[in-house]
Amino acid sequence: MTGSIGSLYSGNARSVMARGWRATRSTNSLVVLSGVVEPIFYLLSMGLGLGTLIGPVQTSGGASVSYAAFIAPALLAVAAMNGAIYDSTWNVFFKMQFAKLYEGMLATSLGPLDVALGEISLALLRGLLYASGFMLVMQILGLNLTWWALLALPAVLLIAFGFASVGMAVTSYLKTFQQMDWINFMLLPMFLFSATFYPLSVYPQGIQYLIQALPLWHGVELVRGLTTGQVDPGMLWHVLYYAVMIAVGLVLTTRRLRALLLD
Amino acid sequence: MSSREESERIHSAALASAVAAAARTRRYGSWYVAEHRFRVMGTYAQTVLFTAIGSPLVYLYAMGVGLASLVDGNVGANALTGVSYLVFLAPALLASSAIAVASEEFTYPIMLGLKWNPTFFGMNASAIQPGQVINGLVISVAARMLLTCAIYYVFMLVFGAVPGALGIVAVLVALLTGLSFGVLVMAYTITLKDDTGQLAMVQRLIVLPMTLFSGTFFPLTLLPPYLQWIGWISPLWHGTELSRVFAYGMSEPLWLSLVHVLYLTALLAIGWIWCRRLTVRRLNK
Amino acid sequence: MPETVIVTQNLVKRYQNFVAVDGIDFEVAAGESFGLLGPNGAGKSTTMRMIGAVSTRTSGDLSVLGLDPDRYGPEIRAQLGVVPQENNLDLELKVRENLLVYGRYFGLPRARVARRADELLEFAQLEDKATAKVDDLSGGMKRRLTIARALINDPRLLLLDEPTTGLDPQARHILWDRLFRLKEQGTTLLLTTHYMDEAEQLCDRLVVIDQGRIMAEGSPAELIRRYSSREVLEVRFGSTQNAEAAGRLHGYGERIDVLPDRILVYSTSGEKELERMTAAGLRPITSLVRRSSLEDVFLRLTGRNLIE
Repeated sequence: MTGSIGSLYSGNARSVMARGWRATRSTNSLVVLSGVVEPIFYLLSMGLGLGTLIGPVQTSGGASVSYAAFIAPALLAVAAMNGAIYDSTWNVFFKMQFAKLYEGMLATSLGPLDVALGEISLALLRGLLYASGFMLVMQILGLNLTWWALLALPAVLLIAFGFASVGMAVTSYLKTFQQMDWINFMLLPMFLFSATFYPLSVYPQGIQYLIQALPLWHGVELVRGLTTGQVDPGMLWHVLYYAVMIAVGLVLTTRRLRALLLD
Repeated sequence: MSSREESERIHSAALASAVAAAARTRRYGSWYVAEHRFRVMGTYAQTVLFTAIGSPLVYLYAMGVGLASLVDGNVGANALTGVSYLVFLAPALLASSAIAVASEEFTYPIMLGLKWNPTFFGMNASAIQPGQVINGLVISVAARMLLTCAIYYVFMLVFGAVPGALGIVAVLVALLTGLSFGVLVMAYTITLKDDTGQLAMVQRLIVLPMTLFSGTFFPLTLLPPYLQWIGWISPLWHGTELSRVFAYGMSEPLWLSLVHVLYLTALLAIGWIWCRRLTVRRLNK
Repeated sequence: MPETVIVTQNLVKRYQNFVAVDGIDFEVAAGESFGLLGPNGAGKSTTMRMIGAVSTRTSGDLSVLGLDPDRYGPEIRAQLGVVPQENNLDLELKVRENLLVYGRYFGLPRARVARRADELLEFAQLEDKATAKVDDLSGGMKRRLTIARALINDPRLLLLDEPTTGLDPQARHILWDRLFRLKEQGTTLLLTTHYMDEAEQLCDRLVVIDQGRIMAEGSPAELIRRYSSREVLEVRFGSTQNAEAAGRLHGYGERIDVLPDRILVYSTSGEKELERMTAAGLRPITSLVRRSSLEDVFLRLTGRNLIE
């Protein structure tokens, strides 16, 4: 077992990540930084503008919070998802299909797991950057209701890790840009339906189950519980959901990269 | 015959046959370009159709039904300019869908044709003129936009979101909105020598805030006064308000409706002419 | 008297900071195959674009097919076939589709374009690639497809900008063969190249261009006769001894050129010069006698090599 891991992982994911980070920075740092404004625009428009029409909303934990405080944690989770998906799908797809970057990397001492972890860490770093910026805005607007909110940062990283890991696994199986479009098609409904803009309770029971099976809902609930202070042990199920996502994604990615590039 | 007469005779003969050779292209060139673009769109027709059908379904259900239950529950069923949230929102979503098509078709595909796979130069090497390239692009995108908006409208009817008798006019308003914004985006894209993230920034810093702050999800008047100018300059706000007039008879002074029409038409005309000029310059190396 | 297809008089193209084409004059007759020969950046492509009526001249006179491009752009382009330096085939479309959409640009009826497309695919030896994606073609195939596309409107004049640059030797020969057929059929060709062998193979007549000006004009054979000798002897003495040996070669041949790595001796008989050299005790490491080429003409005219 250790032997097989040794051939996959040389403990040098950092160099893969460093290259990716340098490449991102050299393309246009402004573009990377501007990513942080997306959730802020949503928060200002929906939370503050639309919020005046909506009034207080019940969270699943039973608390009644302002509409802005209700959607802010969801936007945070969505931002983590989007950043992670972008880095682990489009970015990885481009590098695999066009730049043939990984073939070069695997010709050195790096193993497929280094590549996978390196890319994913880059996605996490970006996610952390966006999340911190957004949390700051939430703080200024008084939307972090308790000290538990601090834990939202690691929660965001967990969510980003889960999506990045599965996203990269899926991408490693795709061959054309058209197939990449399907990822976007899947994300949009998940973004809109996962208790992002209103409680799940507005749906019939059947649709509720369906949404609860999808990853984003778990992320939204986890972060919302933390920023609104409605913390309970049941939230560990959400954590477990992401732990499984991460594990499955990593195993699939590593296998696939090895099959594609080394065998 | 003197040599001068002789050369004039040859010249006029050459001219006549040349004029004949280019006559059809001079007249129909824009449509030939559109024909080419339709073929290109055919390669991603699946995506076009799936988006055109999927997005009204998802948005109308998520926002027009789900979110609407919160709004109507809080402020009452007919609180928004006299109608339910679904009816209020639907025309805005319709206009936004035209904007979405515009911001997709008038950015990367333009960059592609001018730089990454310079097919526009190829067109111009034939009898096609630069202005016709622009016309053809606008025609082809308008067709996709019209299809998208028509499908959207069908879903609006299915969701019961269009009480007005003149609702179908909202589709044309959405088309005008999408094109007037689209030609401006295209003009900007033509000025770019290369894309180092500018197009992503347009999406992020212009299209997204425009979609969120143009009286789309809530009336513009709910924004603080110092932010309402965003709506006034936004083609989407003008288009959405005008759509509402037709979709459910939102009451608005006639002069304001005329301002919407004039503003959108003016943007379209200015943007279109500007694109043609920029392209003449860009293709004439 | 054959009809004149292109006339340039003191043609100039000036950009903001430099002059790309600096007053050139030449004429091309119908049925002729005419070349613009010169190094990269000599102004060949700019000249091509002005003749192709897609670039406005700064000054001078230009007549293409009897018309002024400033006024009759579409009328001229309707009768041209253009093979640009950079392929601009539509990579999103299939091979045959590229011909179909292009044919329509000349207002040709669909049925006629379809028929012509099939003929041209055969001409370009791409019949079995008709439904392939353009991106999957090799460089040589893409080039042939571009030429096929340029012929879709049965042009009176075919413009080829560096037609074989970047192709491997085999692909170049296939392409030359196709162009030679067009020439035999009487198509007027105007081509730019920085390859001597290409110019010698394809051009009836050519102008040598350097820094936007014409240095010489004539048929390949004429130019060689006028600016070079029948043969050239190339001798190498090793990089350190070249200069010293060159001093002792004074008076050999009609003329000598000293290059960093070798010395060229122009003569009617290279063998005789070599014998004379050996008799005088000069021992080159390597020697080569060859026929004079346009490369030598260019070197003579500009003091530089074509490909640097």
